[in-house]
Amino acid sequence: MDEFMLIFRHQDGSKVASPEQIQVWMQQTMDWIGGIAAQHKYVEGNGLLFDDARVVHHNNVVTNGPFGDIKETLGGYIVVKAASAEEAVEFAKGCPALQGEGNTVEVRKIVRGDGVH
Amino acid sequence: MKQQELIPHLFRTEYSKITAVLCRYFGMEQLELAEDIAGETFLAALESWPYRGIPENPAAWLYTVAKNKARNHFARRHTFRASISPALQQAAPAMEGTDIDLSGQHIADSQLQMLFAICHPAIAPEAQIGLALRILCGFGIDEIADALLTTKENINKRLYRAREKLRQEKVAMVFPAAAEVHLRLNTVLTTLYLLFNEGYYSESSNSVLREDLCQEAMRLCLLLTDNPATDLPPVNALLALMCFHASRFPARKDANGEIVLYHAQDTTRWDQEMVRRGVYYLHKAATGNRLSRFHLEAAIAYHHTIREDTAEKWGAILQLYNQLLALHYSPVAALNRTFALSKVKGRAAAIAEAEKLQLTGNHYYYTLLGALYRGISNHKAQECLRAAYQLARTEADRKVIREMMAELYL
Repeated sequence: MDEFMLIFRHQDGSKVASPEQIQVWMQQTMDWIGGIAAQHKYVEGNGLLFDDARVVHHNNVVTNGPFGDIKETLGGYIVVKAASAEEAVEFAKGCPALQGEGNTVEVRKIVRGDGVH
Repeated sequence: MKQQELIPHLFRTEYSKITAVLCRYFGMEQLELAEDIAGETFLAALESWPYRGIPENPAAWLYTVAKNKARNHFARRHTFRASISPALQQAAPAMEGTDIDLSGQHIADSQLQMLFAICHPAIAPEAQIGLALRILCGFGIDEIADALLTTKENINKRLYRAREKLRQEKVAMVFPAAAEVHLRLNTVLTTLYLLFNEGYYSESSNSVLREDLCQEAMRLCLLLTDNPATDLPPVNALLALMCFHASRFPARKDANGEIVLYHAQDTTRWDQEMVRRGVYYLHKAATGNRLSRFHLEAAIAYHHTIREDTAEKWGAILQLYNQLLALHYSPVAALNRTFALSKVKGRAAAIAEAEKLQLTGNHYYYTLLGALYRGISNHKAQECLRAAYQLARTEADRKVIREMMAELYL
């Protein structure tokens, strides 16, 4: 069993949603995570705050980010246990972030550190 | 993982509370800032709760975050001012040092002040409804557009103009002086009345949203009855009116979500508890010496909670419409009075009165005439229904007219 990180990318992080919509997303996200956890496949997860976000560029230029010149922003990630990348992709397909057009979930295997990879 | 369910509409409810309280601190001219902070607060919850679990007291968590965000904003502004001009520091409002109070009483007071600020006579009624839905009910632009059957662009424009007007008129968030409450209350009640009607009569296919609109109007009305300064007869009368109408919510929809007209409704599905509440508020409204249009409309609505047709019922309704029209004319009331008249004095008498109304731009006028002429002159009835069909704006209305036409030749 490997661990995979599912990284959510949002097309437009500053888009204003209604309180009701945010609550719906929240419930969906919790249901999604709960469904994975119920299979004993959930490891951890985190949201990433937009507050005080910075982007450090080449030559140590710091900008208030991640908005502006970058089209996509990271919204959060979860780590799941899966036998294969395909299984992890199946989990990713349920991510509520994908309801937004242009949003993506990137699936990446985490290095095990067991000397093999 | 512990799965705790959130209270439905928690964010929507808290949005209006947080915005109202912050606005009281920032001042009405900073309305957008208050809204932004409230919005950011929910995003912060979205970034944290799914992973950490819902906090034990979600509202308290939201308040703490909102307070911190407001404080951070003050701090940033303070730094900015200090670096630009030290002299400006003196000008910083005194409130910056004080703690933001999100206790129940303070929230209720702030929402009440916000209600009066939004329902300002200088702002067009249409815009007041938009603002109320946005700020007092926490609806999103999409949801408002959906509920009011218009486009997002339209709603945005409407809200923009309303906010400009708030600024121009320097509308402040203060409770009106005792002598002024009466005057200002009229505008507030009219807006709540329209808000309720939007939900009750709207053609929006989203029936959940429509009921939400009505419930929000009732909630805001309760906000007024909960405060001794505004717990006045017309407020209770309006609340009674809303209760009587709302009692039919369960019966207004069939299994397919289609609207069921009054006469076809299953009366066993009328919510008698809601009727009792309406009666309670109507009793509370029966004090003082001022009869408002809401008293009369509530009394009419009460009679409609009993479907049985009796001479007494229609006699009472006709009298109430007579009084209502004298106090506050509206084409709908004029048409309904004529219908009541037909029940009391017969259709021939009603036709004579109806012809005098000359509401020739109103499809209900011709629908009513069509109904009155049926059996007396089916040719006339057909003519009127055709005119009604031409004027009808919604599919639901056209459907009713088609059915009436078909019945003419049964």
